[in-house]
Amino acid sequence: MAGSIGGVRNSSDLVIPASIKRGFPSEWVLTGLVVAIVVILSILPMLRLVQEIIAPGGRLSIAAVEAGLSNPATWTATWHSLVVGFGGTALAVLFGTAVPILISLTDVRGRSAFVLCFVTPLMIAPQVTALAWLQLFGPASPLLKLLGIAPPLGSRNPLYSAQGIILLLGVQYGPLVFLMVRAGLRKLPRELVEAGLAGGASRWTVLRTIVLPLMTPSIIGASALVFVSCVGNFGIPAFLGIPANYLVLPTLIYQRLAGAGPSALAEVAFLSVLIGVIAMVGIVAQDIISRRRDYRIATTSLPVEPFELGRYRVLVEAIMWLIICAILVLPMLGLFLTSLVPGYGIPLSFKTVTLSNYSFVLFDHAAAKSAFFNSSVLSVAAAVFAVLVAVPLGYFIAWRTSWWSKVLNLTVELPYALPGVVLAIAALLMFLKPIPLIDLRIYNTVWIILYAYLARFMVLALRPTVSGFHQIDRSLEEAAQVAGAGFVMRLRTIIFPMVAPVAVAGGLLIFMTAFSELTVSALLWASGSETIGVVIFSFEQGGDSSYAAAISTMTVALTLLLMLASNFLARHLPNGVLPWRD
Amino acid sequence: MAGLTIDRVSKRFGDYEALSNVSINVADGEFLAVLGPSGCGKTTLLRMVAGFEKVTDGRIIIGGETMSTPERNLPPEKRRVGIVFQNYALWPHMTVAENVGYSLKVAKVSRAERDRRVAEALSLVNLTGYGDRRPANLSGGQRQRVALARCLVSAPSLVLFDEPLANLDVHLRAAMEDEFADFHKRTGTTIVYITHDQAEAMALADRIAVMDEGRLAQLAPPRELYREPANEMVASFISQGIILPADVLTAAEAGHCRVRVLGHEVLVRCRPDESPRAAAKLCCRSPELEAVGPSEDGIPVAIKRVVYQGGRARVELSPVERPDLNLHLEQADPVTLVAGVEARVRIRTGWLIPEARNAP
Repeated sequence: MAGSIGGVRNSSDLVIPASIKRGFPSEWVLTGLVVAIVVILSILPMLRLVQEIIAPGGRLSIAAVEAGLSNPATWTATWHSLVVGFGGTALAVLFGTAVPILISLTDVRGRSAFVLCFVTPLMIAPQVTALAWLQLFGPASPLLKLLGIAPPLGSRNPLYSAQGIILLLGVQYGPLVFLMVRAGLRKLPRELVEAGLAGGASRWTVLRTIVLPLMTPSIIGASALVFVSCVGNFGIPAFLGIPANYLVLPTLIYQRLAGAGPSALAEVAFLSVLIGVIAMVGIVAQDIISRRRDYRIATTSLPVEPFELGRYRVLVEAIMWLIICAILVLPMLGLFLTSLVPGYGIPLSFKTVTLSNYSFVLFDHAAAKSAFFNSSVLSVAAAVFAVLVAVPLGYFIAWRTSWWSKVLNLTVELPYALPGVVLAIAALLMFLKPIPLIDLRIYNTVWIILYAYLARFMVLALRPTVSGFHQIDRSLEEAAQVAGAGFVMRLRTIIFPMVAPVAVAGGLLIFMTAFSELTVSALLWASGSETIGVVIFSFEQGGDSSYAAAISTMTVALTLLLMLASNFLARHLPNGVLPWRD
Repeated sequence: MAGLTIDRVSKRFGDYEALSNVSINVADGEFLAVLGPSGCGKTTLLRMVAGFEKVTDGRIIIGGETMSTPERNLPPEKRRVGIVFQNYALWPHMTVAENVGYSLKVAKVSRAERDRRVAEALSLVNLTGYGDRRPANLSGGQRQRVALARCLVSAPSLVLFDEPLANLDVHLRAAMEDEFADFHKRTGTTIVYITHDQAEAMALADRIAVMDEGRLAQLAPPRELYREPANEMVASFISQGIILPADVLTAAEAGHCRVRVLGHEVLVRCRPDESPRAAAKLCCRSPELEAVGPSEDGIPVAIKRVVYQGGRARVELSPVERPDLNLHLEQADPVTLVAGVEARVRIRTGWLIPEARNAP
């Protein structure tokens, strides 16, 4: 029937011309490049790691697996990892969801300042957070001594416990959830809320039935990321758990390696695969949950009209700033005061206060000086590279859904899911000998650290980029396609600018994370390639808490300065590029 | 400028056949509307013409050049077609002028030439002076006009409209309809216009392709579609045609034949090859029914509902003997029919729906 109606011309005059050309070559080049980068950064170290546990030295052996499974310490640490992983995630998600809803949807004042303060703990390295909180509550706390309420020297710090670890993980990663939920709330069209209100729903009902469900992709995505971060965190359980003998998998790995050296490589490789499995379960669960419903918001609209709190406004504002005091001001004050005392346990007074700790690490200590330079260059390089790769990679993962794009996604997650210690070991195993064919030796140089940073932090830029892609209507790309733009052109002029806010936000996270990173560099540094994290760690291990506190204080100050300075650039950037800025 | 040939195109997504064996030949400069209920495959068809979807079978030829075959699919950016998207698809990070001038920039047209053509395109859609605005600061109608300007700036040989008026209010629709018609008249571009709104399709198109469940139900000019629907689906879909069972009594003669419908003999229009048969279907339009006085010869009907529509009323009714059939007619003022009473109705004429045949 249909065939005859259209009156199609005789098909003999419709010859296929030669002008149908082969696909889009630039797209294939780019795809190949992206895949190659992922392979080099993620798959090779993983393979090297697996080889180490199943075939150390090239011969098949399950001795390492057997030894690991039969060791009760493995199971204790696994249990501990799950406890702090779930505990920390729950706390972070609770904090990180409630706070953005409060400040995005109500008329509280001082929003920008609050956002800046609330997000700051995320930019501070975990070991600095741990150091600060320990200095705050410990018996040597200059602040408690000032107030005259310090426990006697030698008494136990209450943070040396599982609860302490969970608390600090929640404080550390709550802002991560905050950023993603807030980014989601910014895109919430106000009609969706107003339609609910017009339907007779109360504010609470709208929040429960419209706002929160639409925020699910952000919340679920953030939960998975936070869970992976908590399980893989080294700094906090190292400072708080080791003294209480509460070992999680990363600290167990570190202890084994520190105690037994390279002979323990096979055993810790097994432990790291174990923790990798735990993290993968979290990521896969996230993927399954977020695929069950479609949450894409297609319309562009004005943001939601803030809800007037009326007479409760002052109360809510007071609670908000009390939270800031508790999670940021007091610990940083503790850290700062410690950096001013001349030695451990000495009370701070006008007579004892000194800046000598600062002058020592700035002028007298060569390693500390080069560490500032190394860390800056490393973190900037990692951030820029990751953003440039994350945009095309996120494009393939989000918009070209095929089996291999999912594989790519999981592959990039892996190095971050594994604790930094493990990636460091994989890098060590890979680069202990010079790279074959080109005979390049990067072991004991700053390049091996850069490699590990790129591998490890790529996912921090990729995750927000992928969720950014999911929220963009694809017809925007298709419109460029029919305008004649090839893949690279679309990537440059349409796709990149549209996902830039989220991608750059991811890059910024990378910079902040890498700047005082400890876990990876602690195992890969050499003289001349020290990082800030390494120098802080060395001082603290040597009992020089005041030097450690001095560098930490400067790190925090630099971080804050960067955040403030970037705010001045903000008007040249599209909205939402700087996550902490309103 | 270029014609479009869709030659026996099919599209399967897994086991689901979204389009089957569709052939449409659009002449150079023609305005073709593709009309159908949602899920009929019209958007899939458009996406295949644009190159976003590959064909499973058949081929698509634009301007004599084969664009899609199951083996080869020329990417959208090489096809030189324009699309006006339903949601406008304006890039939020660019100004209006940058949006409009994008394809010229891609084609590396010089800055001065680009500015000139962008200004020209903007003035054609009455948006002169809006070049520096952001899409977010425009109204729905303005966004649609920007999308139109963006599409016409590169003078594509074929323009695809994907339900461009679905998001606009009624008042604006009429204005944009005029604008589209004007655009077509001025540029002479071949247009394929996807819509689910028949009034829109009737008002704009030279010919309309009615789609139903992935098949082409009929391809004809609006008047023919209305007067001579090829099958029951088209008859009932277009302007809510009334389908009645009928027996054909005589062979076609001068385009007419006699049928018996609801116990009455009526002379109706038909195809020239009709011959007497039972269980045929007759399509009546509401103006072809008329209420008659109680003493006159007519079909007894029960009035179910009378809706006054200003100057006239739409009357819904069913034959007393066949309450399962739904008829409707329009009565001009003074409206005398009221719901709940019985009346008599006469069928003046109608169109005998051709006998369904299997595809050749």
